[in-house]
Amino acid sequence: MLLNIKNLHASVDEKPVLKGLDLQVQPGEVHAIMGPNGSGKSTLSKVVAGHPDYEVTEGKLEYEINFKMKDLTELDPDERAKEGIFMAFQYPVEVPGVSNFEFLHASYNAMARHQGFPEMDDATFRNFLDGKMEQVKMRKEFLDRGVNSGFSGGEKKRNEILQMAVLSPRLAFLDETDSGLDIDALKVVADGVNSLRSEERAIVLVTHYQRLLDYIKPDFVHVLANGKIVKSGGPELALKLEEEGYDWIIKP
Amino acid sequence: MSEKAQSQTERGEYKYGFHTDIEAISFGKGLNEEIIRKISARKNEPQWLLDYRLKAFAHWQTLEEPTWADLSYEPIHYQDISYYSEPKSQKEGPKSLDELDPELLKTFERLGIPLGEQKRISGVAVDAVFDSVSVGTTHTEELKKYGVIFCSISEAVHEHGELVKRYLGSVVPYKDNFFAALNAAVFSDGSFVYVPKGVHCPIDLSTYFRINAQDTGQFERTLVVADEGSFVNYLEGCTAPQRDENQLHAAIVELIALQDAEIKYSTVQNWYTGDKEGKGGIYNFVTKRGLCKGKRSKISWTQVESGSAITWKYPSCILQGDYSQGAFYSVALTHDFMQADTGTKMIHVGKNTKSTIISKGISSGQSKNNYRGLVKILPGAEGARNYSQCDSMLVGEQCAANTYPYLEVKNKSAVIEHEATTSRISADQLFYLQSRGMDMEESISLLVNGFCKEVFKELPLEFSVEAVKLIEMKLENSVG
Repeated sequence: MLLNIKNLHASVDEKPVLKGLDLQVQPGEVHAIMGPNGSGKSTLSKVVAGHPDYEVTEGKLEYEINFKMKDLTELDPDERAKEGIFMAFQYPVEVPGVSNFEFLHASYNAMARHQGFPEMDDATFRNFLDGKMEQVKMRKEFLDRGVNSGFSGGEKKRNEILQMAVLSPRLAFLDETDSGLDIDALKVVADGVNSLRSEERAIVLVTHYQRLLDYIKPDFVHVLANGKIVKSGGPELALKLEEEGYDWIIKP
Repeated sequence: MSEKAQSQTERGEYKYGFHTDIEAISFGKGLNEEIIRKISARKNEPQWLLDYRLKAFAHWQTLEEPTWADLSYEPIHYQDISYYSEPKSQKEGPKSLDELDPELLKTFERLGIPLGEQKRISGVAVDAVFDSVSVGTTHTEELKKYGVIFCSISEAVHEHGELVKRYLGSVVPYKDNFFAALNAAVFSDGSFVYVPKGVHCPIDLSTYFRINAQDTGQFERTLVVADEGSFVNYLEGCTAPQRDENQLHAAIVELIALQDAEIKYSTVQNWYTGDKEGKGGIYNFVTKRGLCKGKRSKISWTQVESGSAITWKYPSCILQGDYSQGAFYSVALTHDFMQADTGTKMIHVGKNTKSTIISKGISSGQSKNNYRGLVKILPGAEGARNYSQCDSMLVGEQCAANTYPYLEVKNKSAVIEHEATTSRISADQLFYLQSRGMDMEESISLLVNGFCKEVFKELPLEFSVEAVKLIEMKLENSVG
């Protein structure tokens, strides 16, 4: 097991958002978490990444580190990242003044130091990036611009996937990565994600729409409503949701 | 973990806040003609200098303290300050550095400025100013070989009287402003530099200012003259003990660059800022100005202003020689209740003169950080160019940053560019960087370095490392 969430309750500003959520993820799996607005989808990603505004009030949030399940709430966001948890932000943050290259480089080296593989110097890292940039169809000039600053919506999302490719996480949460993308950008992002699928890596797609799942085939689909997973199934569940909406599950 | 906690406590404190217990000779509080005569007599000054001081004092008495800066502070009681304090052991006149009072040696060592022959920093000559007097200058012999004069200004008045007389007050006349007049009347010491024709000064020169005595103002004066075709790199550092009362520091720095000469002047200012509630701290009212007198001369001011309760400081350049160049690179950090009103003036007089202004203000806590700058192109300054960039970064919700750029253009051929941005270090940015594996310290360091890199790269290497650490340390306290 890579991620084990049991009866998870979490609040933001003392307002409960997650109310007894269960989710188990094995390495190699792709999960899609769908649900209407306000169901707690984004909260789940943020709780897993360790956003300081979100407080876990009850339940289990465990992640496998060195073959042992470890309580994630004991780790700071940077420690979670160093252990291989990655969140692609729904709204990637602009950091003007810090170039994308410096940012990626600092991030890569921070991981390398922790995980015990060699850090890269500027030139080596630039070479390493070349291939990754191609994967997400990003032009080189993005490296010298401020992190996400002045990027279009699609460019920001691609930049998230680039980071994922560079950092090779074991568990990636993609928080509404498809929102605000036109069809071409969506394809690029989906291709990027697909190329990162592997036996060791688990991916959780958090999304409102089924259309992303036309391009990334999930193994499991879960419906999140009112802070809980209310239904789980295979890819066919997503299609049914597309046709019939959420009401048939949520309404008692 | 305990190591981490340890370093955090250290970060929380102003580590230069200690006070040296040393017997001092101080003049009583108050300012009048008699005090000025006493200062001059104590230094055994020539008549011309006493006359200069008295004229300045007479003029000062006709002036009002300026109020145009966007600063608010308790009124300064000029009669409640002592205008002179020197360590008693200095009385018998200049001694060699190795005979210096051990307490003084220890003080400067604690500040990271070892003066003793064995330990002194190679590659940098230091003039150490303690309260009102220069207590010693290192590497003077070595510099002499190149004809470079580097000594206290008191010594220069005696040894190089003609040079001092020619240039003192030539860039900042005593009539310039209230604090300049005050300084001209009571200045007690400071550094003097003369780099002869064609000499590239082989080592960096540096002055370290330390205020120690209580209720004493520090009024020093620095004069740097770079003769034709010469080059000098000059560094300045400052600290003061932690005290509850405010202390006044009103200095003057004058730079003169003759034809084809270049002066690079860098400051890391870390005077005591006052405590978390805004009590105490240094009032820093400083007039710094450089004159690019000759053709193709260059002067650059690089400053990292991270201390003082109040900063009022506008290092400026008068670009008189044709093709001369002036630059101002500044990082000003304010936190807690600090207030800074700082910037520059670039006065284009000669043809094809060029100036660059890069100002980075970082404010946190309840502090106030203003950039105030003037670019003035005179009618004869054909082909003048200026580029200004003023960026502000806010940390938290209660601080303020303002930019006051003034432009006076009297020549149509001038090309002037101005850019300004304001940004905020947000919790979101920090979380974003942390979620990519960088801890809080690395995240702040990346943000600050990114914001200030254009200025930091202008500092000499060892200064730049110190400046980065200083800013990171102060910001971690504000954000964390």
